[in-house]
Amino acid sequence: MPNFYNDNKALKLHLQHPLMKKIVSLKERDFADADKYDYAPVDFADAMDNYERVLEIVGDLCANIIADNAEGVDHDGPSLANGRVTYAEGTQRNLDACRKAGLMGMSMPRRFGGLNFPITPYIMAADIVSRADTGFENLWGLQDCAETLYEFGTEDQRERFIPRVCQGETMSMDLTEPDAGSDLQSVMLKATEQPDGTWVLNGVKRFITNGDSDIHLVLARSEDGTKDGRGLSMFIYDKRQGGVNVRRIENKMGIKGSPTCELVYKNAKAELCGSRRLGLIKYVMALMNGARLGIAAQSVGVSELAYREADAYAHDRKQFGKAIVEFPAVREILSNMKAKLDASRCLLYETSRYVDMYKAYEDIARDRSLTPDERKEMKLYNKYADACTPLAKGLSSEYCNQNAYDCIQIHGGSGFMKDYACERIYRDARITSIYEGTTQLQVVAAIRHVMTGTYLELIENYRKEEIAAELRPQKALLEEMTAKYAEAVAKVKEINEPEYTDFMARHLVEMAGDCVMGWLMITDASRSLAAEDADVAAAAAELARSAKVYVNLGMANVARNAAFVAGVAPAELAAYKA
Amino acid sequence: MSLNIIVLAKQVPDTRNVGKDAMKEDGTINRAALPAIFNPEDLNALEQALRLKDANPGSTITMLTMGLPRAAEVVREGIFRGADGGIVLTDRVLGGADTLATSYSLAQAVKKFGNYDVVLCGRQAIDGDTAQVGPQIAEKLGIPQVTYAEEIVDLSNGHVTVKRRLENGVETVKAPLPCVITVNGSAPECRPRNAKRVMQYKYAVSTSEKAKLPEEKQALVDKRPGLNIDEWSAAYVEADPAQIGMPGSPTKVKAIENVVFTAKECLTLGNDDAQLESLIKDLIANHTIG
Repeated sequence: MPNFYNDNKALKLHLQHPLMKKIVSLKERDFADADKYDYAPVDFADAMDNYERVLEIVGDLCANIIADNAEGVDHDGPSLANGRVTYAEGTQRNLDACRKAGLMGMSMPRRFGGLNFPITPYIMAADIVSRADTGFENLWGLQDCAETLYEFGTEDQRERFIPRVCQGETMSMDLTEPDAGSDLQSVMLKATEQPDGTWVLNGVKRFITNGDSDIHLVLARSEDGTKDGRGLSMFIYDKRQGGVNVRRIENKMGIKGSPTCELVYKNAKAELCGSRRLGLIKYVMALMNGARLGIAAQSVGVSELAYREADAYAHDRKQFGKAIVEFPAVREILSNMKAKLDASRCLLYETSRYVDMYKAYEDIARDRSLTPDERKEMKLYNKYADACTPLAKGLSSEYCNQNAYDCIQIHGGSGFMKDYACERIYRDARITSIYEGTTQLQVVAAIRHVMTGTYLELIENYRKEEIAAELRPQKALLEEMTAKYAEAVAKVKEINEPEYTDFMARHLVEMAGDCVMGWLMITDASRSLAAEDADVAAAAAELARSAKVYVNLGMANVARNAAFVAGVAPAELAAYKA
Repeated sequence: MSLNIIVLAKQVPDTRNVGKDAMKEDGTINRAALPAIFNPEDLNALEQALRLKDANPGSTITMLTMGLPRAAEVVREGIFRGADGGIVLTDRVLGGADTLATSYSLAQAVKKFGNYDVVLCGRQAIDGDTAQVGPQIAEKLGIPQVTYAEEIVDLSNGHVTVKRRLENGVETVKAPLPCVITVNGSAPECRPRNAKRVMQYKYAVSTSEKAKLPEEKQALVDKRPGLNIDEWSAAYVEADPAQIGMPGSPTKVKAIENVVFTAKECLTLGNDDAQLESLIKDLIANHTIG
C-alpha cells in the first residue's frame, strides 16, 4: 500500500532532530500524563514512536483516500443552498476518514480529547495532507484555530469547544471583510454587548475559508466609535446558535474544494474570547502566526507533489530516443525544484521546532512561573520563531509556485492540458503566496529581523555545528554569501532612510533566506549522514546533494541581490514612482 | 441492543508478492518467505462489525484468528481500527490444516467463546480462495449462514437483514441470530487505524509475545487495561486431536504446478443454435465448463 509518510524519508530525518528531545520533554511535562491516559507516552522513545505511527496513518489516508479524491473534488467543488455549504462528496469522505482516524485536534491537550502532539509532527501531517490535496489541507488545517482558543479562551470555553474540535467539528477564522484585507485594522463587523453580557454580531465577512464551519473565531469591532485595531475584539461564534448565513461561495482559480465564503451576520449570538480590545493586536497576531506556519507546510506539500509529478514524467517521457530526464536542461530544472523543496522543508521544520519550544514554555507558564533561565530560553525561541515564520511562509510559498510552473514546463504541451495533475497543482499553488499575508507582507515582518540581526544570529548558531567533509565547499560558499548579505544589510542600515529600507527589503529578505536555508541544509544533512537508521542516512545523502544544488542557486541569487543593493542608490527610487 | 460480535480474520501471505520460494516441498505455503497481511476481505468484515457497533453502542467486537503466534498482528490491527480485543488460536498441533480442520478448530473456539450474536468473516482468504471456512463454521455451529454479504441492512428483533452481492445482481435475505456472515470484497473498505487506539494498543501483546518483553514493558502491559491478547490452544478449545491439523485434513497437496494458458487453435463459429450447441457439448465433454 502506498504511504505518503513512509515513501518520504526526509520527514523522518527532520522528525529525528536533536532538539525534539527537549521539545517532547517540555510538551509532555516529563511524561506526567502516562499515569492518567492509556495512550500517553511513558518516555521520549515512546512519544517518538507514537508520532511515527500516527504519521503513518496520515500517510496511509493521504495516499489511498485523499489523493485519489483530489481530482474529483477539484472538479465538483462545494455547493451552496439556503445559506449552508455542502462539501464536495470527496471532501466529505476525506473528512470522515480523518475523523475516524482521530486526526483532529492533534496538538490539543489530552484532557480535551486531543493527542497532545507538538507542533512539529502536526506540521508534518499538514505537509503530507497538502501533497495529497492542497485544498483539503485548508479544511483539515483549520483545526489549529483551536490552538488560539486554547491559548486565550477561559477554561470553560476550552471545555465546551475544544473537545468538539477533537471529535472532528471544523473551524474557521473570520477576519477579512470587503474593505479589510491585508489591513485588518479596518474591520467593521459590529459586536454589540447585550444586557446579559453576551454579544451579538452584525455585518459582513468576505473570503472566509470554510465559512460554514461549526466553530468560528471572529474579529469584530466591540468598541463603538473606534477606527483602528485597538477597538477590535475576538469572538467565538457557534454555528448551533444560528445567525450567520453564507451568501456566496467564491468561484476560485484553485483549492476549489475549500469553500471560500461570504458571510452575513444578523444578530448572531457570540461570546467574547479573551479580553476586549486585544482581538487584533494580540489574538489575531497569534492566530496568524500559526496559520502562516500552516501555509508554509501547505507550500512544502505542493512543492513535493510538483516535484514528484515532474520527476515521474521526466523519466517516463521519451524524446529523441531517450527519457527527457537525460537532457541537462531538464535535469537542471528538476534538481532546482528538488533543492527548493528540500530547502523550504528544512526551514519549515526549523521554524516549527522554534515554535514548539516557546509554546511549550508558554504553556508551562500557565501552571507555574518559569525560572529565569526558562524565561530567557522562551524569549529566545520566541524571537527565532518570529523571525523564521515569515521567512518560511514567504519563501516556501514562492518556491512552490516556481515548482508548479516548472512542473508544467517539464510536461511540455501535455502539461498545458487538463489531463495531468500539474495544471491543478499550478492553480492550487497560486494562493499560497497571497493568503495569510502576501509575500510582500511577510517581507515587512521579516525585514525587522534583517535589521536587528536575528538571521545573522541564527547563522552564527549553525556555524558552530560540525559540517561533513563532502559539504565543506558549500560551507565556504555560504560564508561568502553570508558576508555579502551582512554587507548589504550594513549599507541599507547606514543610509537609514525608511523608504529606502522598505524598497530594499525584498532583496535583503531573499538574501537572508538563501543564507539561512543553505546553512540549515548543510547542518541537517551533516548531522544525519551517518545515522544508524538506513532510511535517515539515505535521506541525508539526498539532502546533501540538494544542498549542493541549492548553494549554487543561492550563491547566484545573493550575488544578484547584492549587486542590486550596492548599485541602486536612494536617489534612484524616483524612477520607481509614477 | 448491545451485541457480541466475533470477527474471524486470517493472516495471509501477501500473494501480490509471490516469489520462487512461495511453496515448501510438501506443498504447503512457505509463510516465512512472504510478507504477512490481514486478509483483505476480513477487513471488509471488520468494517461491517464496526458499523454494527456504531449502530448498537455497547457492543463488543472480538477478533479471532488461527495461525502462528505472530498472527497476533492481525488482532492488533483489528484493535487499532476499533475492535475491543482478540484471541489467537495457536498450537503446533493445529498446523497444516485444510479448510475442514480449520473450520472445525475455529468452530470449537467460537463455542468456547460462547454467547455470540454474529460471527463475521471475509468471503475467502487470498492464499486459498476456497470460500469454504465461513460456511463450514456455520454448519458446525448449527447456525444459519449468509454468504457474499455486501451490506448489513438491518439488525433488530433477533434477526439480521443482509444484502448479498451475487453474480448477476443483489439479493436481500433475512436470517435469525446468531448467524455467520461472510463479507464480499465489494463491501465498503475498512476504516483506517485510529491515532489514539494505535498509541494505546501498540503494546497489546499475546502471552508468548509478552514473555519476550523486557520487565518494565511487561509491567506496562499489566498496568494498562486491554493489552493482554489471549492465546488459546487446541486442548483449551476442547478440540478432538483427530479432527485438527494434518490428521484432520483429508486434503493432501500432491504437487503444485504453474499453469500457463496458451492458445493452440482458433475456432470460428456461426451464430446459429446448432453450432453453439455443438460447442457447448464439446466444452462440457472436455471439462472446460460444467
